[in-house]
Amino acid sequence: MILLDRVTKTYNRNMPPALDRISLHVEPKEFVIVVGQSGAGKTTLLRLLTREEKPTSGKIIVGGVDYDKLRDRDIPLLRRRIGVVFQDFKLLPNRTVFENVAFALEIVGMGNREIRHTVPKVLDIVNLRGKEKNMPMELSGGERQRVAIARAIVRQPKILIADEPTGNLDPKHAWDVINVLEKINRYGTTVLLTTHNQEIVNKLKRRVVTIQHGKIASDRAKAEYRL
Amino acid sequence: MKHRHMITFSRIIRTGAVNFVRNAWLAIAAMAVMVVTLTIVLFSVITNATFTNTIDNITTKIDISVYLKDGITTTQSDKLVNELKQLPNVAGVRYLTKEMALQEYKQQNAGNQSLLAAISETDNPLPATIKVKPRDLNKVQSIEAFLTKPANAALQTPESPSYNGDRKAAIDKIAHATSILRKAGVIAVLLFTLISVLIIFNTIQMAIFNRRDELTIMRLLGASTWYIRGPFVVESIIYGILSAIISVLFVHALFVAASSTLQASSLGLLDINYAARYFSAHFWMLLTVQLGLGILIGAASSIVATRRYLKFKTVK
Repeated sequence: MILLDRVTKTYNRNMPPALDRISLHVEPKEFVIVVGQSGAGKTTLLRLLTREEKPTSGKIIVGGVDYDKLRDRDIPLLRRRIGVVFQDFKLLPNRTVFENVAFALEIVGMGNREIRHTVPKVLDIVNLRGKEKNMPMELSGGERQRVAIARAIVRQPKILIADEPTGNLDPKHAWDVINVLEKINRYGTTVLLTTHNQEIVNKLKRRVVTIQHGKIASDRAKAEYRL
Repeated sequence: MKHRHMITFSRIIRTGAVNFVRNAWLAIAAMAVMVVTLTIVLFSVITNATFTNTIDNITTKIDISVYLKDGITTTQSDKLVNELKQLPNVAGVRYLTKEMALQEYKQQNAGNQSLLAAISETDNPLPATIKVKPRDLNKVQSIEAFLTKPANAALQTPESPSYNGDRKAAIDKIAHATSILRKAGVIAVLLFTLISVLIIFNTIQMAIFNRRDELTIMRLLGASTWYIRGPFVVESIIYGILSAIISVLFVHALFVAASSTLQASSLGLLDINYAARYFSAHFWMLLTVQLGLGILIGAASSIVATRRYLKFKTVK
């Protein structure tokens, strides 16, 4: 589902590379946790997958799409097939909860009736029924993150990328978010999660990839948090 | 697929309109700037038209008088008139017989009884006259060259043609001044238009800069370029349409107020009556031009301003 082959990303020639010849293979329906200290290269890894950045060298293939052969105008199509949850939520400030989730469906040209039918179901999954008309400003951090997750999964992507989705949340809300991710994974979505949270990693007992100084330090199945 | 395009298109329009309402304060600020600059452009166009009219009024009063010797035949004078009409720079030719010239002289000097008395007592002293109206004052030399050809000069009195001497200098000066004024008017209109374009462009760019996060978020979610840009273009076009209408109505109100309060019909060279007439006669044309300008600048600047936030990283 996700394949990285000796991928290097250098932002500045005078600095060591952010990612240094990383190779990683993620099977469909896997749940992979990426851990590592700040600046280790976790976010760069995810930004390469969403094609926010281009690798300096190496090959990336996601869902059968070879990024070397990806034309600029096809990038939106690629992103529609990947659900992304950001640490800072990235909700549209001028739109209601419903409209934020609906936006993901509007851009693929789904009809209004289908949108009105689909969005409430997804808001159910993330326990946000009744908040449809609220603006993001009126929600708590956990609620905002769940809106972001609803938006990421509403198109039923094969891959969900979550960049420290619990980073700004208290433990209870963090678990709400993780539970949703597990639920989605059970439905068959490949999940790539980066986190700092030791407790979450230990309880999940999933494959853990540790990144240090731009390199993969360890890659273990059903592992616990270790730096 | 076609159905899907229609949904997307109507969504772009609707989102643009909704954003216009939700960003009301930003919209008002941007439109205020557009109204002011479009009004200045409109004023410069009207002022230019009014000055051109004044200049035309002056130049149409200028003509060249060709005095014919007594005793030349009608065949000769007809031939000269016809040849003058053929010249490219001649706008009109009017032939006055001796009697007609006297009539006209009497009319022009109707207040001066002693002069009239002196003339009527003697034989008609006035020569038959050809009045030549030049098309372009700057090119009277071609007419002059024709009239001073020996064959033609032989038909004329020694004083002819009559723009010689002082009057020739006056015509030259007016011709020179009008051509400068005309150019200055066109340059002023172009300059004001350019300045408005820049100011409006900057205003819309700032409005979009304020919402750049929205653009990048939409980009990350996989929205296509025109799905993101479309609503901003629609919003800017709404600014343009409303601003153009407001500026035209504002100028209209100003003329209505001016005609009812101002006693004088002109300010120096600026003939306000003519300006008001020009404005109402060309109302729909001016409104169309303003609308076109507003829509064009709004659309173009929002396209350019969104471009930088929609670019994909190409650096490796």
